[in-house]
Amino acid sequence: MSSFGEIISVSGSLVKANGLTSAKMNDIVEVGDLKLIGEIIRLESDICYIQVYEETSGLHLHEPVMTKEIPLSVELGPGLIGSIFDGIQRPLTEIGKKFGGFIPRGVKLPALDRHKKWHFVPKVKVNDKVKPGDILGEIKESEVIVHKLMTPYKVNGRIKSIGEGDFLIDDNFALIESNGKEIPIKGYQTWPVRIPRPYLNKLPVDTPLITGQRVIDTFFPISKGGKACIPGGFGTGKTMTLQTIAKWSDATIIVYIGCGERGNEMSDILSEFPKLEDPRTGKILMNRTIIIANTSNMPVSAREASIYTGITIAEYYRDQGFDVALIADSTSRWAEALREISGRLEEIPAEEGYPPYLASRLADFYERSGKVETLGGFNGSVTIMGAVSPPGSDFSEPVTQYTIKLVKTLWELDRDLAYSRHYPAINWINSFSKDYDFLVDWFSTNISEDHAEYRQKALELLIKDNNLQQLIKIIGEEGLPEQERLIVFISNIIKEGFLRQNALDPIERYTILEKQFMMLKTIIDFYDKATNLMTKFHITLDEIIDLPIIEEIKRMKYIPNEKYKDIKKISDKMEEEFKNLL
Amino acid sequence: MKESIVVHGIEKIIGPLLFLSHTEHVGYDELVVIETPDGTTKNGKVLEVNKDYTIVEVFENTSRLSLKGTNVKFLGSSYKLGVSTEMLGRIFSGSGKPRDNIPPPIVEEYFDINGSPINPVKREYPKDFIQTGISAIDCLFSIVRGQKLPIFSGFGLPHNKIVGQIINQATIRDSEEMVIIFGAMGVSQDEVYFFKKVFEESGVYQRVVMFLNLANDPPMERLLTPRIALTLAEYLAFKEGMHVLVLLSDMSSYAEALREVSSSKGEIPSRKGYPGYLYTDFASIYERAGRIKGVKGSITQIPILSMPNDDITHPIPDLTGYITEGQIVLDRELHNKGIYPPIKVLDSLSRLMKDGIGEGKTREDHPDLSSQLYASYSKSKSIEELALIIGQQELSKLDQTYLEFGNKFINRFIKQDWKEDRPIEKTLDLAWEILSTLPKSELNRINEKIIDKYYMFL
Repeated sequence: MSSFGEIISVSGSLVKANGLTSAKMNDIVEVGDLKLIGEIIRLESDICYIQVYEETSGLHLHEPVMTKEIPLSVELGPGLIGSIFDGIQRPLTEIGKKFGGFIPRGVKLPALDRHKKWHFVPKVKVNDKVKPGDILGEIKESEVIVHKLMTPYKVNGRIKSIGEGDFLIDDNFALIESNGKEIPIKGYQTWPVRIPRPYLNKLPVDTPLITGQRVIDTFFPISKGGKACIPGGFGTGKTMTLQTIAKWSDATIIVYIGCGERGNEMSDILSEFPKLEDPRTGKILMNRTIIIANTSNMPVSAREASIYTGITIAEYYRDQGFDVALIADSTSRWAEALREISGRLEEIPAEEGYPPYLASRLADFYERSGKVETLGGFNGSVTIMGAVSPPGSDFSEPVTQYTIKLVKTLWELDRDLAYSRHYPAINWINSFSKDYDFLVDWFSTNISEDHAEYRQKALELLIKDNNLQQLIKIIGEEGLPEQERLIVFISNIIKEGFLRQNALDPIERYTILEKQFMMLKTIIDFYDKATNLMTKFHITLDEIIDLPIIEEIKRMKYIPNEKYKDIKKISDKMEEEFKNLL
Repeated sequence: MKESIVVHGIEKIIGPLLFLSHTEHVGYDELVVIETPDGTTKNGKVLEVNKDYTIVEVFENTSRLSLKGTNVKFLGSSYKLGVSTEMLGRIFSGSGKPRDNIPPPIVEEYFDINGSPINPVKREYPKDFIQTGISAIDCLFSIVRGQKLPIFSGFGLPHNKIVGQIINQATIRDSEEMVIIFGAMGVSQDEVYFFKKVFEESGVYQRVVMFLNLANDPPMERLLTPRIALTLAEYLAFKEGMHVLVLLSDMSSYAEALREVSSSKGEIPSRKGYPGYLYTDFASIYERAGRIKGVKGSITQIPILSMPNDDITHPIPDLTGYITEGQIVLDRELHNKGIYPPIKVLDSLSRLMKDGIGEGKTREDHPDLSSQLYASYSKSKSIEELALIIGQQELSKLDQTYLEFGNKFINRFIKQDWKEDRPIEKTLDLAWEILSTLPKSELNRINEKIIDKYYMFL
């Protein structure tokens, strides 16, 4: 068996090599004199097909290739939080310090800092029995995250030694005696990215991931452990919406994957997050965020890997009992990377040149979301939110179609809304949340018993309005009967005063659920009362439209969260004005 | 550099590609010189190496090449461009050779034309406003230094004129001088004359470098042009600390050349015959814009591309829009109505403007004002459509006001003379004047205090 071979062909990011008799599928190899990192993606008799994660320019025939005989893996341990990595977990901040503005080839730096000392507090004692996933001790990783050092997979035994102290991650934090052998436990473990980390059970979802975005939380909520996709053409605000969720959602940990997107967007996050405070903890948002940045001009095969690197890190924190939100922007770029690699392998394509396994790869990825009982017996969750960038805004293309089938929540972005600068440009007719059925109880208990009822009423009004808008295009609004004009009028208030939300305004950018509900209730109550007056007391729509309260209802959104109860005053004033009409 | 290898004879020629056998020590992406028996030479690069043959892409055309008697010389490294500040004021071919009958400049350094990706951690977020003096751009789609903002144009539309006006008028508020690199791919001689005239008239000629691949120059050379232009740009910006504006025209010709190579290689095409990696390839060009932390210079990119059939969903504009930080779209209808600049407001966007405008940068009212103008214009457009069906008389009084607003917006705000340079304050005042056509209650995107300060009762 030989772990050495030589290059016999180079074409783009695909390199073929022979002589590697010990090669296994998905193992990592070092390619050429520069030792570029690659992964074995096909084996054919003596020939290995290698996907190289770096620019291959200048590689020659006969240059050496060596297999590392381990699959593509990530390092999991303290120091991940607040870091920024490329698609194969190379630390970009360290690379920047060492090499300046540009990323050279063949860089090899460990993902986790080997020189940083961490204070470790054991949670088990000598002679305690431990099994995989059990917590051995805690490390304060950032201001808000207490990292839990877990017993690695497949390790069962008794604690031989453990103690409090300051350690480097390469040090032995504990010794576990297992089947007569002593297993040293370091501050980190490695895990192959393409294999989902194991858990005990999948649990049903029952809690919403609160984003502070009204259209999402009230109408199309996503559960902790849910999966959502956000398709939209360019300029419709995918990135803006996802960044807003990354900032304000109530997940404990955010993993943000910039997959084949713009470099300046990543630099925007990097310059903004360290300055922003979490509305709940008051702590800096970067203290809970991990960023994977493989921008569009970085090697395409590392882009393919970035999704897996991100989800594996997310699962690792899930296993510690955290709620993790994973944001992937954009999964279309990942699918395109798959297509590009597949094309170089000369595989027979299915739709639009994508490989036939596109649907199953997408499914594998989204399946790694969920709320679980971990091996250690905790509850943790991974919520996946992925952007989809349909070419030509054509939603019938394969990536969009397959993804919509897989997800439970869809936030469809609408070009017309974006054109009228209605952000978030989430279309309220086509979007859906299958999760809401599982969350009804939660909303009923925590917000209001009639949450579902008000939500339903508002959605119905919007659907009616949508149909009426078609009619208006032909006969004009003046041509509609009074009752229907009221629907159009109220729907406009819902759109302007509720659905549209300014992500840049300090008050507007985050709305607590209590305020969201009060706002919606006031608008719907207004509609019900107005209908009543118009049908029973023959008050005209023009009289209702002239009510001064309407201005206040439209501006409810500018009431600060902590004063949300003031909305009750608006509601009382509304009653008053209606009474005066009679 | 390594000693070069020479191969005699070619196995086969398909389109722009040469297939050679027995080429053991050749590197992927290596530069190649092809010598024909009559003494002329052509250039190319290695597209694929394997045990049986090497594929070479020829930048010029392969016409009159024969299988026998042709020598192929491998130069041992990928294409490196010799750069220096002496290149300013000069004209080069699309592959970087002097085109102005002056000896080549003395090279200070060599750089691989493929460049290296900028580390996202080291990127400085762009936020210095560039005033173009064009109201539509300055107010609604502000450009910042380090941005990449393409112009989506179409056959016969005045994109060159707009770029010319930007070159004439562009000022950055701290008044540092700008260097311009013009990469032309498949453009006509007339366009080159036009730009030369603009450069001369605006007195920037000594700060311009032109890389010209004209319509009648070899199409394969176009694959090099933007990379060469950007390699020099990176040198001037990040080594010499200059602010560089890179104009690339026309990216559609570039993409067509890429498609030709792809189909000659027998690759499986994606949409409209373009290769599946068009997005990645475009990104390797467009992403070479920006700023780097701790470095003075910047690269701002304005690529120009023509939308085939004015179709914005065509892969070329579509994939470009997904990479660039916004787009300025030109409108044939406005152009035909005699409106200059014919900017299609609703389709255009600048993603980076939010940090480049507002108090201390342009003026406090700018962010709200531009959002309001845009939203109100969008509303006036839909009312316009309604008016076409039900007739203008049937519209409500408010709707009629919107039509009046829409009219003024196009004819007084968007429309401006080619030589008219409007400072940002003037642009914003004009915007308020037009917005005041609408009643105050319609301005729901503007903070009340700002309305009180700027709204004009007419």
